[in-house]
Amino acid sequence: MNTAKIGVSALAILAASTAGALARDQIQSAGSSTVLPYATIVAEAFGENFDFPTPVVEGGGSGAGRKKLCEGVGENTIDIANSSSRIKQSDIDTCKANGVDEIMEVRIGYDGIVFASDINGADFAFTPADWYNALAAQVMKDGALVPNTAKTWHDVNAALPEQDILAFIPGTKHGTREVFDIKVLEAGCKATGAEEAFVAAMGEKDGEKACLALRTDGTSVDIDGDYTETLSRLDANKNAIGVFGLSFYQNNTDKLRVATMSGIVPSTETIADGTYPVSRPLYFYVKKAHLGVIPGLQEYIDFFVSDEMAGPNGPLAAYGLVSDPELAATQAMVAAGTPMGPLN
Amino acid sequence: MTLADMSQHRPSLYTKDARTKARNSAEKRFRIYGVVAVGVGVLALIVLLSSVLGSGLGAFRQTMLSLPVTLDAKLLDPKGNRDPADLAKATTITYGKLLSQALEAAVTEKGLAPEGMKTKEIGALISKEAPAILRNQVLAKPELIGTTIDFEALAGGRIDGFFKGRVTMESAALDSNVSPAQLELAQKMRDAGMIKLALNPAFITNPDASELRPESAGLGVAILGSAYMMIIVLVLALPIGVAASIYLEEFAPQNRFTDLIEVNIANLAAVPSIVFGILGLAVFINFAGMPQSSPLVGGLVLTLMTLPTIIIATRAALKAVPPSIKDAALGVGASKMQTIFHHVLPLALPGILTGTIIGLAQALGETAPLLLIGMVAFVKDYPAAPPEGFLDPAAALPVQVYNFTQRADPAFIERASGAIIVLLVFLLAMNILAVLLRRRFERRW
Repeated sequence: MNTAKIGVSALAILAASTAGALARDQIQSAGSSTVLPYATIVAEAFGENFDFPTPVVEGGGSGAGRKKLCEGVGENTIDIANSSSRIKQSDIDTCKANGVDEIMEVRIGYDGIVFASDINGADFAFTPADWYNALAAQVMKDGALVPNTAKTWHDVNAALPEQDILAFIPGTKHGTREVFDIKVLEAGCKATGAEEAFVAAMGEKDGEKACLALRTDGTSVDIDGDYTETLSRLDANKNAIGVFGLSFYQNNTDKLRVATMSGIVPSTETIADGTYPVSRPLYFYVKKAHLGVIPGLQEYIDFFVSDEMAGPNGPLAAYGLVSDPELAATQAMVAAGTPMGPLN
Repeated sequence: MTLADMSQHRPSLYTKDARTKARNSAEKRFRIYGVVAVGVGVLALIVLLSSVLGSGLGAFRQTMLSLPVTLDAKLLDPKGNRDPADLAKATTITYGKLLSQALEAAVTEKGLAPEGMKTKEIGALISKEAPAILRNQVLAKPELIGTTIDFEALAGGRIDGFFKGRVTMESAALDSNVSPAQLELAQKMRDAGMIKLALNPAFITNPDASELRPESAGLGVAILGSAYMMIIVLVLALPIGVAASIYLEEFAPQNRFTDLIEVNIANLAAVPSIVFGILGLAVFINFAGMPQSSPLVGGLVLTLMTLPTIIIATRAALKAVPPSIKDAALGVGASKMQTIFHHVLPLALPGILTGTIIGLAQALGETAPLLLIGMVAFVKDYPAAPPEGFLDPAAALPVQVYNFTQRADPAFIERASGAIIVLLVFLLAMNILAVLLRRRFERRW
């Protein structure tokens, strides 16, 4: 009885592994958890309205997605990497080494990063300098760099309420952290003059890096999970400020009170016209060698950037994506299948 | 002191001396510790269950909207030839507009429509899934075009939340996705019988849904994916595990090599499951070229993970068969193989099955190894029937719980808890089955 069973199962494995080499008929994508909801919305609508199977969308983070994309060409590698930050030269090099020569870069729109606290808390009006002075390890005081001792937001800026500093910021594996570092901490570092002092003391490269060093006394907490985790931490700790994506905030406006940044309230409008400073483009990267091989891939990417999806009145904008003013150029690029040039 | 004195002072058995008292109270204390320990466990279970049931039972009921929809031929079939290819050109966006207009007409007719509310805002009461359902109905039955049908549509997530108490007028005032006026309209429609809360079998059968339509998200693909994986685990792990343990227990010589194997099996049972995921990615996907996100790869990885559990349980069951039975069989002239297959294995079977079911239950609840082989993904299409279905992308139940908890829309919290309830029911059923099998077939000597 057992030998028969083992024989059957061995056959099953054999059959399965040969069948694995057969054609895959659905699109596979992976990457940024920020792009994930948008990609699922498009995938769902694509599956409904086209005669192709619904694409499979995986999360995992921007870097992981790009790494998977660059694993090689073939049906057991993914077709599209979603990314909330631009591809890096190191990724392109890995891609080249594995035979992935041509990649298309498609910008789908912009995403804002908002600072929000509990709905019943005080109002906050921040500037990047406030955040730098609140969270950085070393700040400028009377023209010299000193260790940060600020306890409340009021210590940082007299216009802010007397509330203990406690910030939940995205962990370093998130693409969102990169934007927070550049658009908030570095900007604040420059604005307060700390960057100049760092560069004078340590040289250009180390000086810029020193701007991103955060204090380690528990006032800033890295959140490695998703925004849902940040929200539940805020719920448990009403005095804290959390960093969220705009779309997440828009789905939870009844629980969160959003802060202004440099006097601007974050919204799809203020991000689209560029007045709200903390925003970033969202991308997906397509393996060109798979176009024409994986059924529906070209149709899917055309559909993704079409006006009815990514346009200002489409479902992506309704969910919180800031649609790209240059969408028409992207559509033409996608239709023509232009691969991306070298990074500048 | 004389002997007589001592016998005089000997205490009666009925009066307790100090040491007996101390012993008795020590025992009493120990019993209290035990009761407290059990109490803590039960309390934790009650808290867990009540929180899961409290937030998850809502997922099994859903707000439904019924309205008459006129399927306008001009919109849906502008060419008028009922050609399926032309009909397919009317997308869900067209159907969405049609539904919004139909709902506006229906509420205006009943005199419920609030003044100044736009068609789009009224239409927002309907789930974004409804146009897709309607479109599929029409494509399947083109003769419906031009007629008026009674259509049951899902209500939007926020409206559903309102009737389940998750959304209130106060929260709606602050919410950018719903307005108090829309909720008032929904309440009026409910009073007029257009909206009702109904049982929601779709939660078990529907596939996952995107963040714009939490109300239609279900567990169908995940349950299928989990079932496929369990089939693969059962078909592979049970025969391999039983064969390995019979050999190790009955035939293998006692030497360093078999000792090494035994230590390794015991060790493997304690290896964190994510390690098996890494192995699966390297061997099954990158080396053998099997498709990503497929139940086949998931099942193979879980098989590796379950094998040590099954082997350990099987060996324990084989060992528990009294040697006298083996000796008797051998004594009347049975061969070693006959002894094992005719006498030892049948007697050990209840133990083996129990171990297998517990191993399966463990595999059913596993998420970490699936993360690396692409099963933690948004999968909307049902996998085909086996055996081809083993190669189609699918999700798994615990993965679906994880996916739901990552979503921004608060309606997914209810879905996640609902999925946990379903997973718990499956686990409970499997464990009860294991207990029943043991009760029914176990023999004591």
